Amino acid sequence: MSAEPTPIDFRSTAARDLQHVERTPGAVKPEPILVADSVTRHFGGIAAVDVAHLEVQRNAITALIGPNGAGKTTLFNLITGFDRPSSGRWTFEGRSLAGVSAARVARSGMVRTFQLTKALNRMTVIENMRLGATHQPGENVFTALVPPLWRTREREITAQAEELLARFKLLDKRDDFAGSLSGGQRKLLEMARALMSKPTMIMLDEPMAGVNPALTQSLLGHIQALRDDGTTVLFVEHDMHMVRHISDWVVVMAEGRIVAEGPPDSVMKDPAVIDAYLGAHHDTDLGDDSLLEDEPTAATAGKDAP
Amino acid sequence: MDWTRILTNVLGEMIAPTTAAYALAAVGLNIHFGLTGLLNMGQAGFMLLGAYGFAIATIAGWPIWAAALVAIAASALFALLLGIPTLKLRGDYLAIVTIAAAEIVRLIGRSTALTSLTGASSGLRGDSYKTTFQNLSPFPTGTTTIGPFSYSNNFSNSWWIRLVGWALVLIACLFVYLLIRSPWGRVLKGIREDEEAVRSLGKNVFAYKMQSLVIGGVIGAVAGIVYVMPRAVQPDSMGRPMTFFVWTILLLGGAATVFGPVLGSIIFWAGLMLIKSIMRDGISDTLISSGQIEQLGWVIVGVTLMLLVIFRPQGVLGDKKELAINVR
Repeated sequence: MSAEPTPIDFRSTAARDLQHVERTPGAVKPEPILVADSVTRHFGGIAAVDVAHLEVQRNAITALIGPNGAGKTTLFNLITGFDRPSSGRWTFEGRSLAGVSAARVARSGMVRTFQLTKALNRMTVIENMRLGATHQPGENVFTALVPPLWRTREREITAQAEELLARFKLLDKRDDFAGSLSGGQRKLLEMARALMSKPTMIMLDEPMAGVNPALTQSLLGHIQALRDDGTTVLFVEHDMHMVRHISDWVVVMAEGRIVAEGPPDSVMKDPAVIDAYLGAHHDTDLGDDSLLEDEPTAATAGKDAP
Repeated sequence: MDWTRILTNVLGEMIAPTTAAYALAAVGLNIHFGLTGLLNMGQAGFMLLGAYGFAIATIAGWPIWAAALVAIAASALFALLLGIPTLKLRGDYLAIVTIAAAEIVRLIGRSTALTSLTGASSGLRGDSYKTTFQNLSPFPTGTTTIGPFSYSNNFSNSWWIRLVGWALVLIACLFVYLLIRSPWGRVLKGIREDEEAVRSLGKNVFAYKMQSLVIGGVIGAVAGIVYVMPRAVQPDSMGRPMTFFVWTILLLGGAATVFGPVLGSIIFWAGLMLIKSIMRDGISDTLISSGQIEQLGWVIVGVTLMLLVIFRPQGVLGDKKELAINVR
């Protein structure tokens, strides 16, 4: 690492690169890592996802926002191979991933987490972590029977896992069952586990849901640190505060379509976004309790607008 | 009450070939359920297929190793056949398919259309397939008495089958011991907990489940061979009750442990013998007939199991935090 003359500052690069990108849905990015074209998913007569064109910038944090039922998670599932699209194609680092199984998508470097945390409860934290690693020869049933063939790799994996656990402040939970962790700690564990394979792109489905405010700050820090280390991040989130705080670019979905794109500050002022989602409160903190009473009215107003 | 005789009976049951066969079958089921979370409700089908494969091949004149290979191949094929359509679906489907498939094997085996091959419902006589196995025995012909136990050296319910049966149990345990601690076993446990999560980490879940189904099924087939060695191949004695006994044994001993299935089998059969022996000696014939004692034995086993599930759902050796029957 120290051999490199100047480490790339991904934070400012991302901001600079995205500065001149058009603020329109489906905008062309200077260096896209993920490109999707006419991806649709129908559930009966409803088009849950109908994305004409989407590009995700490399080494940036892109937020995917939108009201409930906008198709964000469905799009996530399609891209990561957990669901089959009705039509469409997409490439990741230039390779087509349409019709590729979820496991192979993950092996190609795009790893996801889930909205409802999937920590493996009756396995210990360290075993959870080890499971995330790749290239473990002992995962083959024949090699598994001869420990000397996989012990070296296991030691490397364990060291890497402990390093990540330390970063996520979970190291003292190393040998506890994952089921005994708090909801927020499980979110952290899931994210740390996803990082075990050193992915080029990580997809986080509502990383903040159910995480207590004390942990939120450190989670935000972790996500930014990922980008700063050169990982591309795409995340779905409802927490506007978080979106504005850490994302370099925001993609807004409504009723399955992408309705707006732009940097966090300007995208919230886009009339399409206000119509679809933010209502009258677009520049206020939706996390504020005092606004909760007004929300249904705002949502209805948004929906009624043509 | 003649306690020496009762104790001898119980101890004899502990080392019986049947106990070894059930232990082996439970070790196989442990790979399915304890490690991978697969609900295989047809372990008896794998056992019966193994028994048929071995017996029929031997009767056809094949040497013992080839006959054993036939049994293994038949059960592996059976596992593939069951797994391909069901392993991509939710767990319950595998349960339904396996219980039905095991019944299909039994019903085909006992159908008159195959009388020349399987002997239909009367099955295959033990003498017709035991000789190759008995000829392998290093012991001289005769009977050996060790302590209170006196068995033939080589024939049917012999010391030889006890030796081989328990050696196989030991090998299977060693195999599971190695696998359970390996990264392969870790992936299986992950699948048991949450398939989707494991898939999101880049593992081919279907392939792992298939490997688990095949390995557990093959161990079941070997158990089937051990089971029929002291008796005959009787399709009707290897039906659904057998599968349920194997499940009972696994849960009793503790799923996801190495020695749980073995301990479970020993406790199960020794316990049953103890209950029945005490009743036979202690209760007069005028009160309960010997046929009723047989039935009552099972009733008591059933009640014991209910108590076990309520008070020790993880089994004797299991870790409650890892795998218990009543949590999910």
